[in-house]
Amino acid sequence: MAPLTARRAGLANCHTCSLLTPLQQLAENHGHCPRCGSLVHSRKSNSLSRCWAFLVTAVIFYFPANLLPMTHTAHLGKVQDDTILSGVIYFFATGSWPIALVIFIASVFVPLLKLLILSGLLISVQLRSTWRPAERTRLYRITELIGRWSMVDIYVVTILVALVKLGALAEIEAGPAAPFFALVVVLTMFAAMAFDPRLIWDRMETPRD
Amino acid sequence: MEHRIACHDCDLLHEVRPLPPGSVALCSRCGSVLYRHKRNPLDRTLALALTGMILFILANSFPFLAIKSAGLTRATTLISGIAELHRQEMNLVALLVLATTLVVPLLELCALLYIFLPMKVGRTSRHMAMAWRCLSKVRAWSMMEVFMLAILVALVKLSGMATIVPGVSVYAFAALIFVLAAASNSIDPQLIWDNLEKSWRR
Repeated sequence: MAPLTARRAGLANCHTCSLLTPLQQLAENHGHCPRCGSLVHSRKSNSLSRCWAFLVTAVIFYFPANLLPMTHTAHLGKVQDDTILSGVIYFFATGSWPIALVIFIASVFVPLLKLLILSGLLISVQLRSTWRPAERTRLYRITELIGRWSMVDIYVVTILVALVKLGALAEIEAGPAAPFFALVVVLTMFAAMAFDPRLIWDRMETPRD
Repeated sequence: MEHRIACHDCDLLHEVRPLPPGSVALCSRCGSVLYRHKRNPLDRTLALALTGMILFILANSFPFLAIKSAGLTRATTLISGIAELHRQEMNLVALLVLATTLVVPLLELCALLYIFLPMKVGRTSRHMAMAWRCLSKVRAWSMMEVFMLAILVALVKLSGMATIVPGVSVYAFAALIFVLAAASNSIDPQLIWDNLEKSWRR
């Protein structure tokens, strides 16, 4: 027998206050939780298509974010444009490999990993996969946790721009990659929020014939 | 009905049972956290939120980094960085930094105080449920700890160019990260819903 979920019991779970409301009572209340007033969905509405939309847009912006310069520096008559990767290589070459590693992981690896994991999860749900649901749910929780750390580079640019301006020893300006990079972070966070991990488990209850 | 809870990640129904102090109930199917036992949640949350508010004001009133070059020392605050991004017409980036390091953490602290201060003296805030709803919506966008890492990276990055002196507010920022994390960990949401239902019966 399939395990008893809230939906099979005719209940909807409020994500804000965890109150279980019978679906009929929810409909009478126009979809709002009778206790805390949040909008309650048995499953996030249009989860797959919303998640895909955010994800595809993020993939498109990932290219300018990495190919265009992130900072524009003028120091002692030398003008330099740095992309995220050229910054990483510079730090690696000058021996600051911990910084190189931090920037590489936060700005290149984490966004890419997030895009890959979320695409994998979406495809697995659409193929009605029954493969290792607990592990897939854990992957989803990891993508929710790590996404925020990609903001590091944006903050570094903010700090550099403020400090260097004051010191008047060089000019640093945020490059055209900055807004694209910010959008990649925001869009992948929206994508993770749009995905409903319960869809992974729904497939377990109605396996392929 | 009140004795059951559904897993947020896989929808499986569970019976709610009392937990030993400091322990966590996990979903038997997917391993997500169902609920936790909190020690003294009201006093802890309130104390940490008040501390956080003081640290937040400190962190933003004093310069967080100063740069020394050619005998001159100049200091900067977070706001001046955001203003400079705005001047460079990076409005989207400026807005995102403003939201994630200032507006959302401030909202978070305000919402906690608004919910838990009246509760401490036996009253119920009128818009308690709405405040909690906002808090749980914006929480993912509060990124102070990421900002702290960026300060460290910037320090190393500029160390070759000039002498950088950490200001008072770097320490306030550092402390604030731990206080904010501890505050959101000490909350027992059940407290809010129990209070709300009690206020309806009154």
